[in-house]
Amino acid sequence: MNPKAQVDLGDLALHEGVPVLLRRALRSLAEGEVLEVRGGSPELAESLAAWCRSEGHRYLGNGRAPEIHRIERGKGSAVLLIPGREVMDVADPAWGLAPRGAQIEAGSPEFAFTLREKRQVWAEELASIYKQSVANQWSAARDIPWRDLPKLSPELEAAVCQVMTFLTENEFAALYVPARFIPRIHPHYREVVEVLAAQIMDEARHAEAFTRRAEAGGAGLGTTAASGQLSLQTLVEEPDFSTAAFLLCVMGEGTFLTLLKFLEDHAPDPVTAALARYAHRDEARHVAFGTAHLRYVLEREPARRASLAAAVERRHRMLASVSGLSPYVYDALVVIAGGGLTPAQVREGAKRVAGLHREMDRSRRERLESLGFAEGDAVTLSAYHTKNFM
Amino acid sequence: MKPSKENPSRPLRVGAVAYDPKVVTIWEGFKGYFAKRGVEIDYVLYSNYDAQVLANLSAEIDVAWNSPLAWVKSQLESHRHCRALAMRDTDRDLTTKILARKDSGITTLGDLKGKTIAVGASDSPQATLIPLSMVADTGIIPGKDCFVLYHEVMVGKHGDHVGGEREAARALATGKADAACVLDGNVTVFINEGTLDPGTTRVLASTPPYDHCNFTVRADLPEERTRRFVEVLLAMSYDDPEVRTLMELEGLKRWLPARTSGYEQLEKAVERFGLYGSAAARRKAAE
Repeated sequence: MNPKAQVDLGDLALHEGVPVLLRRALRSLAEGEVLEVRGGSPELAESLAAWCRSEGHRYLGNGRAPEIHRIERGKGSAVLLIPGREVMDVADPAWGLAPRGAQIEAGSPEFAFTLREKRQVWAEELASIYKQSVANQWSAARDIPWRDLPKLSPELEAAVCQVMTFLTENEFAALYVPARFIPRIHPHYREVVEVLAAQIMDEARHAEAFTRRAEAGGAGLGTTAASGQLSLQTLVEEPDFSTAAFLLCVMGEGTFLTLLKFLEDHAPDPVTAALARYAHRDEARHVAFGTAHLRYVLEREPARRASLAAAVERRHRMLASVSGLSPYVYDALVVIAGGGLTPAQVREGAKRVAGLHREMDRSRRERLESLGFAEGDAVTLSAYHTKNFM
Repeated sequence: MKPSKENPSRPLRVGAVAYDPKVVTIWEGFKGYFAKRGVEIDYVLYSNYDAQVLANLSAEIDVAWNSPLAWVKSQLESHRHCRALAMRDTDRDLTTKILARKDSGITTLGDLKGKTIAVGASDSPQATLIPLSMVADTGIIPGKDCFVLYHEVMVGKHGDHVGGEREAARALATGKADAACVLDGNVTVFINEGTLDPGTTRVLASTPPYDHCNFTVRADLPEERTRRFVEVLLAMSYDDPEVRTLMELEGLKRWLPARTSGYEQLEKAVERFGLYGSAAARRKAAE
């Protein structure tokens, strides 16, 4: 049989990269076609024979001249799956960890990604959310004016520390919720994974920075309330992705936006104010993701509004034994907002905290209505939302 | 143990030697693959080929995935009452290279007189028996006219584990030996992984081509028992994602019908080194 193609190896020996040139030359041949190989390396014939055997090709010998060898192409080209670059409605488990747009060798193991439908995880504007997230990363060590931290009165310092403790608990919850879902999401929807990974990084930074603030003034961390933990547990254990995104990003972090703004406005020191401002900017992105995801879901499945409402109610019933915001946190917020413990300061602080609750409720209702919940439903759901904010 | 032919409906029992943990992966995978095609097989793992040969000849198993030496032993023990069913494409026409260092002045097998030859495990066909027999053909008797440096890695597994052969190559590279016996395909492997430095060795001699593993059955096993097994085996395709990784692990692209013409060199080596006693002694024992 006449050779279909030629390749010149010069004086390369097999271990010097010959397979690179052979594989390239054989790629264009069909099974049974012959490649003519020219090469002057000593012992090439023997090493070619062994290589051909291991690769499933046939070495036909050096017929015409000692330095001209012939190889008959065997089977053995991998079957490739080519899913393409566009985002598919359903992702195949056999695509595994391959990047979207890559060619994938068939026969790869199947991964147990349970969230592998676009409608389960997707959102519009993922690219811009991620871009903002990367651009707005900050560092607790570099960007916070720790040296400007004044010596506060003991009661104010203790109040700040108590709020920092509460914030850190909540940041952990907000870290664990997306972390639980990432391994379940098919990498075909990588933009979702990227946004959630950035979210996790944000929460890790918040937890570190808030703890550091509590320790910086010398008073140290305050108390974690059992009721607060119960509330967070019902959030962390939510098994459905969209429901979790709704409870965490829309309802919880949405409420936190109001809280962080309140803390920035009433912070007794520039460090606390800066922390609240930076955290607010991050949480706003998380809320943007949650809202965008829910919008995507609800546009396609309007009936899911009912199941989301049911999830809020279910959580409300589970937390029925919890009377309200933990007294540790409530008291601390009053002290911070009033500036101290005199009756006049407490009256002012309590008034401001009542205002905070009203503002939280108003913005929750607004967000719910923007997702298409009827006004009456928005009022009920907002009222059902956990008194512990997150 | 009753011979399997008395119970033809039981799954076909295939023996294999566990020279590496991947053997379980391979056979667990093959078992499922065969089952999907209506062929019930089960596999039995042995720690050494001697035990597997015995099990096969006493009908404890129906088919043995045998090393070439296990095939030769099966034939000797059964007085040539075994058949080979199939083999890998990579089991055909192997050669072993006897390497020397370029700077040693050793250029022919004759120069090995009084020198040290590094080999693999004493029961490795490719890294020990076949090449040493070729050396003996030149009149230099291993162990008498030259020293043999064995590397007894996983004895009983007939050199399936490449470790002994690698140690032999290392002995050559470090000067502990003057020559080393290495399977053709492993020469490049050892150069690429750094066991041998490129350009420092030369091939003193190359054995004629010989064959490696096969599926062995007793000659009296009805062909009907293995017909579907062989059909499904030979139809296995490297392009099929379901078995591709298994075939990669087992080191083949295609199963081929067996041939038994490639074991002469090994039979000669076994006889020459008296591995399983001399032919005369065996004839006597059989009487």
